[in-house]
Amino acid sequence: MAINELQSARKPPTTQIGAILWLRTNLFSSWINGLLTFASLYLLFISIPPLLDWMFLSANFNFGTVNILGFDIKFSEVMADNDSCGKEAACWPFIFEKIYMFIYGFYPREEVWRPDVFYGLTALLILIVRLVKNYKYKNRVILSMIVTYPIVSYILIAGGFGLLPVVETHQWGGLLLTLIIASVGIIISFPIGVVLALGRQSDLRVIKLFSTLFIEFIRAVPLITILFMASFVLPLFLESGTNFDKLLRALIGIALFQAAYFAEVVRGGLQAIPKGQYEAADAVGLSYFQKNALIILPQALKISIPNIVGSSISLFKDTTLVLIIGLMDMLAMVNMTSQDIYWLGRETEGYVFVTIVFWVILYSMSRYSRKLEIRFNTENKD
Amino acid sequence: MKQQNILSQLKGLTFRELLYNNEARAFFFQAATFLLIAGLFYTIIGNLFDNIEARGIHTGFSFLKNRAGFDILPFLGNYLQDYTPESSNLTVFYVGLINTLIVAFVGIILATVLGLFIGIARLSNNYLVAKLAGGYIELFRNIPVLLQIFFWYNIFINIFPHPKKSFNFFDMVFLNQRGLYLPKPIVEDGFLLVIMAFVVGIIMTVFMKRYFKKKHDETGVYTRTIGYSTLLVIGLPAIFFLLLGSPLHFDFAVLGKFNLKGGMQIVPEFIALTFALSVYTATYIAEAIRSGIEAVDKGQKEAAAAIGLTQTQSLKLIVLPQALRVAIPPTINQYLNLTKNSSLATAIGYPELMGAFGGTVLNQVGQAVEILGMAMLVYLFISLCISLLLNIINKRMAIPER
Amino acid sequence: METENNNKPNIIEISELNKWYGDFHALKNINMSVKEGEIIVVCGPSGSGKSTLIRCVNFLEKFQEGNIVVSGTELTDDAQKIRKIRSEVAMVFQHFNLFPHLTIVDNLTLAPIWVHNETKEEAREKALKFLERVDIKEQAEKYPNQLSGGQQQRVAIARSLCTSPKIMLFDEPTSALDPEMISEVLDVMVELAKGGITMICVTHEMGFARKMANRIIFMDEGQIVEENDPINFFKNPESDRLQLFLSQILTHDE
Repeated sequence: MAINELQSARKPPTTQIGAILWLRTNLFSSWINGLLTFASLYLLFISIPPLLDWMFLSANFNFGTVNILGFDIKFSEVMADNDSCGKEAACWPFIFEKIYMFIYGFYPREEVWRPDVFYGLTALLILIVRLVKNYKYKNRVILSMIVTYPIVSYILIAGGFGLLPVVETHQWGGLLLTLIIASVGIIISFPIGVVLALGRQSDLRVIKLFSTLFIEFIRAVPLITILFMASFVLPLFLESGTNFDKLLRALIGIALFQAAYFAEVVRGGLQAIPKGQYEAADAVGLSYFQKNALIILPQALKISIPNIVGSSISLFKDTTLVLIIGLMDMLAMVNMTSQDIYWLGRETEGYVFVTIVFWVILYSMSRYSRKLEIRFNTENKD
Repeated sequence: MKQQNILSQLKGLTFRELLYNNEARAFFFQAATFLLIAGLFYTIIGNLFDNIEARGIHTGFSFLKNRAGFDILPFLGNYLQDYTPESSNLTVFYVGLINTLIVAFVGIILATVLGLFIGIARLSNNYLVAKLAGGYIELFRNIPVLLQIFFWYNIFINIFPHPKKSFNFFDMVFLNQRGLYLPKPIVEDGFLLVIMAFVVGIIMTVFMKRYFKKKHDETGVYTRTIGYSTLLVIGLPAIFFLLLGSPLHFDFAVLGKFNLKGGMQIVPEFIALTFALSVYTATYIAEAIRSGIEAVDKGQKEAAAAIGLTQTQSLKLIVLPQALRVAIPPTINQYLNLTKNSSLATAIGYPELMGAFGGTVLNQVGQAVEILGMAMLVYLFISLCISLLLNIINKRMAIPER
Repeated sequence: METENNNKPNIIEISELNKWYGDFHALKNINMSVKEGEIIVVCGPSGSGKSTLIRCVNFLEKFQEGNIVVSGTELTDDAQKIRKIRSEVAMVFQHFNLFPHLTIVDNLTLAPIWVHNETKEEAREKALKFLERVDIKEQAEKYPNQLSGGQQQRVAIARSLCTSPKIMLFDEPTSALDPEMISEVLDVMVELAKGGITMICVTHEMGFARKMANRIIFMDEGQIVEENDPINFFKNPESDRLQLFLSQILTHDE
């Protein structure tokens, strides 16, 4: 048998590459596909241009003269009002005039540096969490921040302790309130959730029963019923005469609600830990608490992180519900500011604005969660 | 068994041994937890009664018989219960319950159809279609659903035209700030027969399918049944319909001077709520469908092709049964979420359970414990039903493994 | 060696041990004793209860009847006693069960620091010594999943040595390993056996049993069927079941 000579690689036939091929395989592989492509194009055509027109091209940007970082930027002679805006396109001067309320609520203007520092701290926290990813003591860094962040933020926003003038909670509002409810809700509910998850996995029947009942009950009812409970019934549960804050009541409701969801997420992580880990921890003589604190939870929490972020996203979305019990979050601010008799009928602009804010925050969170998931999946395959 | 005779087991132990005995520790720890929780309940319930007495709030369920005394948005539940302000609070409860169930039902159907469509589109090999579906999912799942409800409601109230200038679709359907006007079906005598014919058609189809399946099993001869099925399910009622002289008429809305008259009005609150809930929930259902289809190993399709199944057979016999196993449980969970989220209606004044009963009645009567308790029980019951359904499905679909 | 051991006291005494999993009778009237410094190999077909037996010795499994005395302490469901016994009885698992979120050296120092209240410095020093003994010191700062199976099992052995146990239990230490890695683990076990520690090994490595064991115990269906010194165990198996077992296991070995 003859031995074939080694052949050098050839290029594929030229008809098979390039843009035409891409179009053909991705958009026009069959007549049905072609039809779908045209239908999609039509859908984009009827939705995108009018939207762009409403938001930008025909929209009113007459903010008057604005001072940005010390530079006077002149958008127009005078700021537009509701009438001069017209109804056909967005009237952004409305947002411009109300933006303080969207972002700070009724927070006193002379104290505005405090929420600003809070926003800065929050951004810094996120930045540090992402930067220390590969740092040896990252757990310690993150843990200490999780402990200090709420304390510092509380002193900053609420004041008191003889350090800063007190700002009552009913003055908190807008994005500030949304962020506070979300972050406090997450930080308080998380440890409760971990305890509930351990309780539900426990061998002790009474504890397992109570944890399971709590988790399943909370997960079965809508958040609104719990917020109503916290708002109307919780005060009745306490010694008569105890009067406490509306925001605090809402936070208790949200924290209990979220704890049940975190518990299920953490339980998923606990169930993924092989039995051998429990046995090895027992065999070297660790106690129940040492076993969970040193061996089981660190692993279980790590694999649950993507789901923890996912559950936090849900909580962030759910913060909007507090407006139903009368707290003034960002969404409530839209409903309120659009009742301003000088700006009647500008709800759409308000909703679009808060939609953008929410969407940017939630989309980045979900991207982050997905990135973590992919990273963990590849790590586990090693 | 062990738990029962724990005390007898521990009898002979000294105090030191008792202190370190794991069984004893477990027993005491559980007893302590139980006492702690019982104590907590005792305290808060005691406080509750004290407070209720001090504030002069009534207790018990007699308020259910009292006159409600307020108007409810005239829609579905309101009509079905013949509600007037003279009706009792219990009637309000039923009106709310009906409205909740209807929103959930319609929302679930819409969300499933939309989610299925988007989920499949997401995996389309058409680049543009897949990207559009992906964009849809990313857009709507990252906006709080309450904001979406407000947004669509606002579109009705502030953007859609006055009835005089309604959007007019072929003089049959009208859309304006008061809602959507559809032709109202008016049923005459004999229409019941048409419906019965429809049911009979379905039953006959089932039997026919069984017969042909048996024939397929026994003789190997496969018969396509789609033609017969259509004939039975659609043809049979159609024949009855024509024979009985079309016992169904439609009352179309007519544009009057200031308003639309006649027709069937679907209020903006209902549309905004159902639409927002469906659009939002569909994003999750779409992801469930997608992950279901993606979960089917590529090797399965190759194996199906290798043993000579056609594309349709491979989809029907190999891919779908496995994909559904993954997709159905999260989808059903989303049904529960949609039902729970329907309680957000209270924010735009749609009179479902939490809006009419948990909201308005609560404000008037003030008996928060009873009213919220009843509302929570309803949701608890719905959740239990859905979990039960899920368990049954999971059990039926479980693939035996060693 | 035999005579030497005969004078030593029993370190483990098991009498009339019975264990059930639900209705399944997993251990039936087990009686056995182990002298200090003895090397015992337990073998038998899968499901014969051999793993269950040694897991009872450090109370990873609870038992319903009978008693076990380990170096003078009777095993009861008592937190203090269990802690004491577990510090004297170390265990090596089939699947290593290293803690994947801790580095190798942290795996080793965990129990000394948290259970035996040693300082971090001492614990670390000792850990490195044991790692050197199992010939794996250079991997100390790596994570378990970065090592091969054989290396992981050697780390697991070093981890169990760190608490200075009197008794070591091996639960099929080589059966999850790729063939080429078995000998590196067996070498470590041989070194340990020569060092005079008491060992109970559940294993199918008959070469190890023949060379190192003082006694070999054959279990089937939850009972001890036969017990003998290595020479007679292989040469003159008495029961049919052991003959069958040996014929199945040895055809591939020799």
